[in-house]
Amino acid sequence: MDDGVSGLQKLPVTSLAFEDGVATDAAFSRSVVDLDAVDSWAGRDGVTDAAPFGSTLVNATSDGGTEVDLALFGVEPGSFLDPLPAQGARLGSDPRGVLVSATALDAGFRLGDTITLDRIGTELTVVGVLDGQHTYGHVDVGYVPLSTWQEIRVGAGPGAQVPPRAHDEITAVAVRADAATDLAAGDEAAGTTSLTLEESFGASPGYTAETATLSMIQVFLYAISALVVGAFFTVLVIQRKPEIAVLRAMGASTRYVLRDSLLQSLVLLVVSTAVGVGVGVAAGAALSATPMPFALDAVAIGVAALLLVLLGMVGSAVAVLRVTKVDPLTALGGNR
Amino acid sequence: MSTGLVVDQVTLRHGDGEDETVALDRVSLHVPRGEIVAVVGPSGAGKSSLLAVAGGLTVPDEGRVVIDGVDLAGSERERARIRRERIGYVFQSNNLIPALTALDQIRLPLTFARIEDPRDPRELLAEVGMEHRADRRPHQLSGGERQRIGIARALVTRPGMLLVDEPTAALDRRREVLGLLARETHRYGMGTVVVTHDHDVLGHCDRVLEMVDGGLTEQQPALA
Repeated sequence: MDDGVSGLQKLPVTSLAFEDGVATDAAFSRSVVDLDAVDSWAGRDGVTDAAPFGSTLVNATSDGGTEVDLALFGVEPGSFLDPLPAQGARLGSDPRGVLVSATALDAGFRLGDTITLDRIGTELTVVGVLDGQHTYGHVDVGYVPLSTWQEIRVGAGPGAQVPPRAHDEITAVAVRADAATDLAAGDEAAGTTSLTLEESFGASPGYTAETATLSMIQVFLYAISALVVGAFFTVLVIQRKPEIAVLRAMGASTRYVLRDSLLQSLVLLVVSTAVGVGVGVAAGAALSATPMPFALDAVAIGVAALLLVLLGMVGSAVAVLRVTKVDPLTALGGNR
Repeated sequence: MSTGLVVDQVTLRHGDGEDETVALDRVSLHVPRGEIVAVVGPSGAGKSSLLAVAGGLTVPDEGRVVIDGVDLAGSERERARIRRERIGYVFQSNNLIPALTALDQIRLPLTFARIEDPRDPRELLAEVGMEHRADRRPHQLSGGERQRIGIARALVTRPGMLLVDEPTAALDRRREVLGLLARETHRYGMGTVVVTHDHDVLGHCDRVLEMVDGGLTEQQPALA
């Protein structure tokens, strides 16, 4: 999922103020906000920083012949959005300079390369490389100075006339504010619609549908895991029936037999989940080394492992209840 | 109060209507403490049913069963308590828990609940001649060795009654096992009932009863 929004996750903002009334699921592509809104937001109580932010998807070709899709983020050099590169120079050192995601290097870009935008022919020079993955809508992010971004957005290539309003328009106002800041009041004053950073992920192309699909897959996998574990322990209980009959014939209480069976289930579940997590992490680490977008998150792995054990225990509890029905009489030879 | 096992006019039926069969027909039996009694008879005669009733595994349709003055007519929970505190069951050889070592098999009944004054599992293991097999699991033991572990496991709670289900094994091993049961019975003052289809147990038991078609008759005085 990070592949769709990692570029947004790394923005040092708490919210983004888009055009008033714009559809949330297309805010980044459709929103046009007047630059005046930045001043309106900057003057609000609780707002630490407010800066113009632009976003556009473009197709480009490097001078090495590599074709690539880029999400161009336009920010003002020196503003709080201006990123610090891991290699190369900062934004603004060259008006046509671009800072690209480290993952763009995998696509064949190198520091100093020239990227030519399709259709309009604008040439950008890779002046810096950001640390780690910065992607948006599954394409690499490139940061350019705001004025350059504004010209690209209106399709003004080299030597072309730039429309008079082009430099007054941005996609959104990037806001960094205290948690208690009244965003609704800020929107009212600036004529914008704010989305928190997390809410803005839903405006990333395909993010909501991908999240819903993956969540559904997860829910089904958890449900299936409980069923599989339940089926496994049903077979185990059936196999253990003679043994359980002996325990009950010797006077073991129902509670003892249940506790014994559930404890056995817990041990099996914890050990098998630990093995599964180990294999999964190893396979994931191998995938991470390839260009395939894949991220391992310790919290997500921990929660998934805990859920597997908990749901497995639910499944096994249903199966293990069968032990209460085992007749101790079957322990005697004539009945076995 | 009579000590030992008292089975008084017990009738046990299986099935319903036309399918009904009488497994035990007004059976009475008294096995006092310190006596080992064999119940012999062919398969299907009702021997296992007698053992099930005597051990509180099932409740008879008529009559009553009393062990050391305690009636077994209570709830399953109460009968389970009596089974773990007063009765030792020796099942057929294939009844040990596969995952447990010989020593842990003997400790097993002590994990069910707190038992007053249990016997020391290691001493018991030595008493049945199995101290050198303490760490072995059932699949690493011979049939006779498994039976010895089964006997030790039944004795660990110092039961008042020992109920032994069909000690089927090779002739020499059967004699050895019965000899061990007789010694333990007399030494610790238990009442012991051994059911078997084999008449070759006579020499080790104080009394031998014969069961035919759900009825119990005194067969003959046991040999010395």
